Amino acid sequence: MALKIVKGSIDRMFDKNLQDLVRGIRNHKEDEAKYISTCIDEIKQELKQDNIAVKANAVCKLTYLQMLGYDVSWAAFNIVEVMSSSKFTYKRIGYLAASQCFHESTDVIMLTTNQIRKDLSSPNQYDTGVALTGLSCFVTPDLARDLANDIMTLMSHTKPYIRKKAVLIMYKVFLKYPESLRPAFPRLKEKLEDPDPGVQSAAVNVICELARRNPKNYLSLAPLFFKLMTSSTNNWVLIKIIKLFGALTPLEPRLGKKLIEPLTNLIHSTSAMSLLYECVNTVIAVLISLSSGMPNHSASIQLCVQKLRILIEDSDQNLKYLGLLAMSKILKTHPKSVQSHKDLILQCLDDKDESIRLRALDLLYGMVSKKNLMEIVKKLMLHVDKAEGTTYRDELLTKIIDICSQSNYQYITNFEWYISILVELTRLEGTRHGHLIASQMLDVAIRVKAIRAFAVAQMATLLDNAHLLTGNTQRNGICEVLYAAAWICGEFSEHLEEPMVTLEAMLRPKVATLPGHIQAVYVQNAAKLFATVLRGHEGVPADSMVAQETSQLLIDRLPLFVQSSNLEVQERASCILQLVKYIQKLQQKDVEVAEEVTALFAGELNPVAPKAQKKVPVPEGLDLDVWINEPPSGSESEDEGRKSKGKAVFAKEESRHTKPRYTEVDEKELAKRREVRKAEQANNPFYIKASPSSQKVYQDGVGVEHIPVVQIDLSVPLKVPGMPMSDQYVKLEEERRERNKADKKKKKDKKKREKGEKGRRRRGDSGPESEEDITPAHMVDIVTEEMPENALPSDDDDKDPNDPHKALNIDLDKPLADSEKKLPVRSHRPDEVLKSPMEDRQVVEVVPEPKKKTGKEKKEKKDRKKSKEKKKKHKQEEEEDLMGAGSEEPVQPEETKEVAAPPPASTPEASDLDFWLSNAPVPSNPQAAAAPASTPRTASGMAAVAPDSEPEEAKDTEPEETKSSTHKKKKQKKEKKKKKHHHNHSDGAGDESVQNGTVEEEEPLPPMSNYALLAENSYIKMVCDIQGNLQDGSQVVVSVIFENKCDSFIKSMEFNVLDSLNSKLQRPDGAGPHDGLIVPFQLPPGISNEARFIFSVQNIVMPQKLKGTLTFIVKTDDSSTHEKLDFKLHFTCTSYLITTPCYSDAYSKLLESGDLKGCSLKLEGVNQPFHHLLARICFHHHFSVVERIDSCASMYSRSIQGHHMCLLVKTADQTVSIDAKCDEPGLLGNVLDEIKLTFSQC
Amino acid sequence: MIKAILIFNNHGKPRLIRFYEYFAEDVQQQIIRETFHLVSKRDDNVCNFLEGGSLIGGSDYKLIYRHYATLYFVFCVDSSESELGILDLIQVCYITLLYTYHLQVCYITLLYTYPLQVHFILQEVVMGGMVLETNMNEIVGQVELQNRMEKSEGGFSAAPARAVSAVKNINLPEMPRNINIGDINIKVPSLSPF
Repeated sequence: MALKIVKGSIDRMFDKNLQDLVRGIRNHKEDEAKYISTCIDEIKQELKQDNIAVKANAVCKLTYLQMLGYDVSWAAFNIVEVMSSSKFTYKRIGYLAASQCFHESTDVIMLTTNQIRKDLSSPNQYDTGVALTGLSCFVTPDLARDLANDIMTLMSHTKPYIRKKAVLIMYKVFLKYPESLRPAFPRLKEKLEDPDPGVQSAAVNVICELARRNPKNYLSLAPLFFKLMTSSTNNWVLIKIIKLFGALTPLEPRLGKKLIEPLTNLIHSTSAMSLLYECVNTVIAVLISLSSGMPNHSASIQLCVQKLRILIEDSDQNLKYLGLLAMSKILKTHPKSVQSHKDLILQCLDDKDESIRLRALDLLYGMVSKKNLMEIVKKLMLHVDKAEGTTYRDELLTKIIDICSQSNYQYITNFEWYISILVELTRLEGTRHGHLIASQMLDVAIRVKAIRAFAVAQMATLLDNAHLLTGNTQRNGICEVLYAAAWICGEFSEHLEEPMVTLEAMLRPKVATLPGHIQAVYVQNAAKLFATVLRGHEGVPADSMVAQETSQLLIDRLPLFVQSSNLEVQERASCILQLVKYIQKLQQKDVEVAEEVTALFAGELNPVAPKAQKKVPVPEGLDLDVWINEPPSGSESEDEGRKSKGKAVFAKEESRHTKPRYTEVDEKELAKRREVRKAEQANNPFYIKASPSSQKVYQDGVGVEHIPVVQIDLSVPLKVPGMPMSDQYVKLEEERRERNKADKKKKKDKKKREKGEKGRRRRGDSGPESEEDITPAHMVDIVTEEMPENALPSDDDDKDPNDPHKALNIDLDKPLADSEKKLPVRSHRPDEVLKSPMEDRQVVEVVPEPKKKTGKEKKEKKDRKKSKEKKKKHKQEEEEDLMGAGSEEPVQPEETKEVAAPPPASTPEASDLDFWLSNAPVPSNPQAAAAPASTPRTASGMAAVAPDSEPEEAKDTEPEETKSSTHKKKKQKKEKKKKKHHHNHSDGAGDESVQNGTVEEEEPLPPMSNYALLAENSYIKMVCDIQGNLQDGSQVVVSVIFENKCDSFIKSMEFNVLDSLNSKLQRPDGAGPHDGLIVPFQLPPGISNEARFIFSVQNIVMPQKLKGTLTFIVKTDDSSTHEKLDFKLHFTCTSYLITTPCYSDAYSKLLESGDLKGCSLKLEGVNQPFHHLLARICFHHHFSVVERIDSCASMYSRSIQGHHMCLLVKTADQTVSIDAKCDEPGLLGNVLDEIKLTFSQC
Repeated sequence: MIKAILIFNNHGKPRLIRFYEYFAEDVQQQIIRETFHLVSKRDDNVCNFLEGGSLIGGSDYKLIYRHYATLYFVFCVDSSESELGILDLIQVCYITLLYTYHLQVCYITLLYTYPLQVHFILQEVVMGGMVLETNMNEIVGQVELQNRMEKSEGGFSAAPARAVSAVKNINLPEMPRNINIGDINIKVPSLSPF
């Protein structure tokens, strides 16, 4: 028995592994599905085993089956099991399977959070790596939120392998959990300068991806990227950065100017085609963004076009393709420079590669001019004939029409030619674009009056030869053309030479095989033709016979249409048939009817713009949203409303009741009525019966062969549509142009007048000047499309509202607020998180010291002796150095005066960029470069001196200077970070913040912090901030910053709090209720760090205090002592509030709901600006401003348990009154007390 | 962003698929079929870019592919990726594959015998749709380290199973007769080594 079990497990071991499965599938080609289903059964068995190896094997096979298209989601739980194996081998398989088949709605993903967290913090880097890779494929909003902290920590991992993966996955996290973007961004930015190229590349990758969607938020990173671009040698990184710049330049033309130089250098120097191509692409983007005014503008374009030509001429099809692609971008703005390469592009049309042909076609679109249009289209027509495969031919067809019709037929000089091109295109078999040709025919015929006669003649021929078009296939798309032809012939029938012939052609029995809507047009236009014929022949006695014959023809043929199954055709036909019969009667009495019949179709139809309907302005005083009748009162229940039929207010409701009644009546009496009607009809001699029997009578009566038209048909000079007529026009056109030229030479004086005339004739003609001497062959007048009066020119293009990147449109330049910064950061922060302002100043003062020793600086000192003016400036610079970034602002205005590059600075960040952009105009050669590049801050005085100094020296100083300026920028940023943590500022520091700290234009705010002192002794200082937990309604997060104040090492810190009934410290599972929490770090001397503790709270109405103790070991060189520090945690009611944005409409709804209880508060003697006051309430009490009007503002906040709290703050003469409303009066009272306290303190 | 990586043979049979965006299994298969249909009718001497698969992507997306003997490597990427860069990346993937397995296995059987391993290599190159590493040495190094780790844990399936499958593996007619891959005339656009 035991042996059997052993044998069984050995059997397991010999189960199919993946390779066997693969081989098996291959060997069972004929019954693959059956084989796989047995395999799946086996897998199911294997998954039931306890052995993880067996399970992993099964999961492995499932991964393969998933690839073949089998749904394996049923095994999701087993995959999780394999993921959580401790062995890397299995874990890797598990994560792979998960990444292949998990997605957002896989419910077991919820179970993985802790496992993933464990793997992320695994000591084995490959466990972490595998988890990150897997997570990148199935991250959900929940996972992103829960793991954001862990991943952020990994971004600073010691191993670059982990760092780069963590950086990359952040992009996915941002997408799923946009709130994490702002807190994580500073660290992401740091990674741009990571020593490991892989990590750097990953960071570039992520930021580029982010910036592509919301470029304007990343403009401020341009200097950093610029530096990277000039320093990096990794082509992959370079490509990404250059692509990013391509996205940024449209937003900031100055950036483009700065870029051109280095990019051109790259273009010249690089040997990598991929890099070259991207450089060219970005230069093109720059050139597009620079509307005008670059001196070497055309040189750059020439360079690009030249390089692209090399690409296109390359034998590598890929380069050819990309060259054409880039060329089409240049084309939009600089068509001239592309047009010179027409030969090359036309050559590409003959390429065997369809992608390349299509690209070349795109280019042609922009290359046409009046001169070459005919030639190009002729070439395309040749291709149409040659093309095999309908897709490419259809593409050609649409392109031809696009090219010709672009910008209101701008390039067409001869519409006869165009019409004949269209007619030629109708010969295409099997095209889907019949309707396109048809609409072009209609458009041209309607809008170009001069062409109508010609168009009508052509259309008549088309109608006559309709059998060639409809040909064999019924569903041939080309028969749409007949729709246009019939309509044009009918509408403009006065131009028809032989209306009778056309009329006959339109009434042939074969027409009945056309689609219904075309038949309908045929019938209607036959009537129009009829009217024309009548008018033409009446009055002349000899011709009255012709008129009568025409009537007879109609009467003979129309019944065919009366029979039609298409309702529209039937209706029109029977209507017109009756009419004609009546007319015939009158004719027989020799009454003149032509006048009246023509009146039926009088009036001209004008083209209407496609958007016209939408643009009809709403008349003044008409409000479509207003109730027409008063709405039913809310108290009345719906049932009641329905019962009281008489009261029904809306027309809709009315109809709901009445409709069924009518149908009922109908059904009851239908049969009866039908009987009655039939009887009536039978007795009525004037009723035309559409029954087959009556039809027969007509046909017997006349017979097709008696139609006189047949003879006339022969006399018509028949144009065979198979002959390409458009070629004739090309020749004619050439001749005409020659003649024109000759004429002009003779009569130069006349030219001017002619031009003027032409200008008047052609509306919207904005062709290039060089083409002006091509006069159109006809008097062409393009009727513009009609628009309603007062139509608004706006065109609202709507973006995809589901784009996940919309959520990532977050301003990253705004300094992080304290609350934000904390949210996802769980542990280690940068060291300088908390330092007293004094220390800050020291640091600031110390840093610039070594810089002064650079050669540059020394030289300046010498110069200073020489010139007093310069001395002053240098002093300024010194000051600037001392104050760090802060003082750059005030210097700038002066500087701009001198350098004359005026960037208006609105926000500090923007001006950082402004500074960078206006600074250091890009040198045209390295020697001359030194001067401007090195002197921007010392300004013009220096610049004048610099050229005198030795070029070499200048060269040397340049990098120094740039280095120092970037250094400074870094410092500046650091300082900004620090500032947010200051509790109080000394006066000097306060000044600084006034200079650069705020975003608002109003008087800036003093720095604020919510961190309150918790406890302090000679070893350690604790400050804390308490915030509601966004994710969990019953939790608050206490962030404590520990600062080591002594000279010794502090370790083994343990944080403990005496729980109350209401508030409990959350301890890990398994810990007792009185155990302390170990603080997860140690503190070297002078260092501070932050830890976060979570408390669960039940009742949030009352503030409360918790007693706690921190125990720690102070370790000196020789001894270590246990120390302890008691503290009291004060949970204010404010700390239960969460800053929640609220829209004003939702806000007013909330107030109207009447659920809220009110309370108010008056503060006397507050002498702060109103916006300071609001900012304080927002910052300290977690409110957000809903709306602010002058000195009155409404604010909103929400408690962690979902209580709404609304404030109305008003101020007048140092008195602030706050009216507050909340659904929990106790909470409200306490919060108001706390607000009062805040303002009494300041 | 890379939206999907597909490897299939000359008959359209998938050898490896990797979607960085969720598609249901049947849609995945449809995409493979459509992509195969688009790619397979192209000559080898035309360009390696294709616009417009209707199922995947849209106007912003391109298919970039390479054809090696019996296999198509297709990447579906959006406009943020450099076309030539991706072509090189495919090359890197492919060479890594061959290199890691010491060119002992002809590529036809490669994807038969090591379907998962190919995934693992790919994971070191592309992660979540973004290019992770382009340096071949780095990729090979990481893959080998991980494989070594797997070995130290006793390999994927226990030793006996390994032995058995090794025996099964000796399937003489299927062994490639000619392991010469000189016919891959891959022109690496002179991109300096990543």
